[in-house]
Amino acid sequence: MEKAEILGLKRTAKELRKAIIDIVYKAQSGHPGGSLSEIDMLVALYFSRLNVDPKDPKGKGRDKFVLSKGHASPGLYAVLAEKGFFPKKELDGFRKIGSMLQGHPELATPGIEYAGGSLGQGICFAVGLALAGKLDKSKAKVVVMIGDGEAQEGAVWEASMAAHFHKLDNLIAILDKNQVQETGRTEEVMAIDPAAEKWKAFGWNVAEINGHDMGQVVDALGRAWSMQNGKPTMIVSNTVKGKGVSFMELNHKFHGKAPNEEEYKKAIAEIEAIDVEKFG
Amino acid sequence: MAEVKKEATREGYGKALVELGRANKDVVVLDADLNDSTKSDYFRAAFPDRFFNAGIAEQDMIGMAAGLSVCGKIPYASTFAIFSERAIEFTRNIVARNKLNVKIAGSHAGIHTGEDGKSAQAIEDIAFYRALPNMAVIQPCDSVETRKAVFALAEYRGPSYMRLLRNPLPIIHGDGYRFRVGKGEVLAEGGDVAIIATGTMVHEALASIELLKKEEIAATVVNMHTIKPLDTELIRKLAEKAGCFVTAEDHNVIGGLGGAVAELCAKECPAPIEMVGVQDRFGESGKPAELYEKYGLTAKHIAEAARKAAKRR
Repeated sequence: MEKAEILGLKRTAKELRKAIIDIVYKAQSGHPGGSLSEIDMLVALYFSRLNVDPKDPKGKGRDKFVLSKGHASPGLYAVLAEKGFFPKKELDGFRKIGSMLQGHPELATPGIEYAGGSLGQGICFAVGLALAGKLDKSKAKVVVMIGDGEAQEGAVWEASMAAHFHKLDNLIAILDKNQVQETGRTEEVMAIDPAAEKWKAFGWNVAEINGHDMGQVVDALGRAWSMQNGKPTMIVSNTVKGKGVSFMELNHKFHGKAPNEEEYKKAIAEIEAIDVEKFG
Repeated sequence: MAEVKKEATREGYGKALVELGRANKDVVVLDADLNDSTKSDYFRAAFPDRFFNAGIAEQDMIGMAAGLSVCGKIPYASTFAIFSERAIEFTRNIVARNKLNVKIAGSHAGIHTGEDGKSAQAIEDIAFYRALPNMAVIQPCDSVETRKAVFALAEYRGPSYMRLLRNPLPIIHGDGYRFRVGKGEVLAEGGDVAIIATGTMVHEALASIELLKKEEIAATVVNMHTIKPLDTELIRKLAEKAGCFVTAEDHNVIGGLGGAVAELCAKECPAPIEMVGVQDRFGESGKPAELYEKYGLTAKHIAEAARKAAKRR
């Protein structure tokens, strides 16, 4: 990919970081930390990789993205609105009564492929999507993103075993390894490391990258897309929870809390000050 | 009198899946390493490419079935009723919440399962599934009805739980029987008491008719194969006609068929109800008939309950 294109993706990610803060601030509710950690990956997926069409969200043969860590919905909603799946003004209704944008994603929202909210389930669902793809001899990819805290759920490993067993090379998983969960550092709550080695032992192709370095993200997705060796691929995406807002970074208190007015202003100012050339 | 043919409902399930699989290429079957027991193994043998063994991983099985269903497949996912409960929150959050077209089947339900003892005897599954919005809950009473239900569910859009039984039961339905989701089947009519039974207890209820006749109590017997959506029209009619009920199920008396009937009657058609079922305790090892005697699930117990209900009118 051209350098200019990478720069374009980085600029989009910067804009959507602001959108995330805005969405959560307006709702005074939601999960900013995990949204900020995933956003570079989501931008790369939706603006450079996934074969999806906002004008035909249920189109045949489309790629499917499953956000298993459903609490990080602000990040996904920001991307889907930017992509044109629904009007941006919908973002103001996030978590409000009657809104299309529920606290955790629902299938009724255009562009949403999986209704998350309970951890450890989306990857099982994604294995089902990939199995159906194999039955139908589809060329489409299934991409699922899970959190590192989420990997504490046993069902993640049931699904990881099944994906290898069924030779699902149409399945790409992304571990948004943002190091922090609701009550603290993942390595202190219940360590999942060595994560990459675990998925290697489960028979997956495994790549490990800096998930905020757009160049690395784009490269990793490109390699994962071309994998046809009968194995699913895991991208261990090393990220920072709350990335881009200093007081949210690696701060578990911003796992599921909205900024107040002062914090909001500071967060927006910090994001505006990001130099996309150096970010990552 | 000619001997009545017997077959387990799980046999009916397995055989029906093969027939259905032949007729409909979208049908896929999953199991959690109990396919030899649930009889979904017949489908595996016939259509290995459309059968997925999840291994002993019920949560992943339900998640996979959900994924397959949104791609246009019609997944039947079976295991023991008790182990399907391990994935109840998966069923709640992926299948029921999204109204996905997943057909769950739980075999070896109730204390009728027998010798395996209390760990295997699901007596709370109906309550779990019934409390999930969008779920249909079905328990056929013989293998022919099971076959009909398997086919009916393929046409029914939405999630369902079918409760299957390990041990053989008399076949009371003929091939011409028409199974309709949500419509109770009246097997006998009598004006003194209405016995609403499901699964094994349909047979006990039928046997209780003769016992009651001796005391000049005429009973209506309903095979309530669909516990949800409940046939409210029929219950309301019977509340008027018979004025009292006995519910009969091999399930806890909390949250099952008895609970469903009581909820409706309390709201819309008050009538005395006696509940025959497992009285809020776990089962134990033993032969089904011994357990039914000990836990109060026989025709005699239904007749006794009917007498009480009739007196309370």
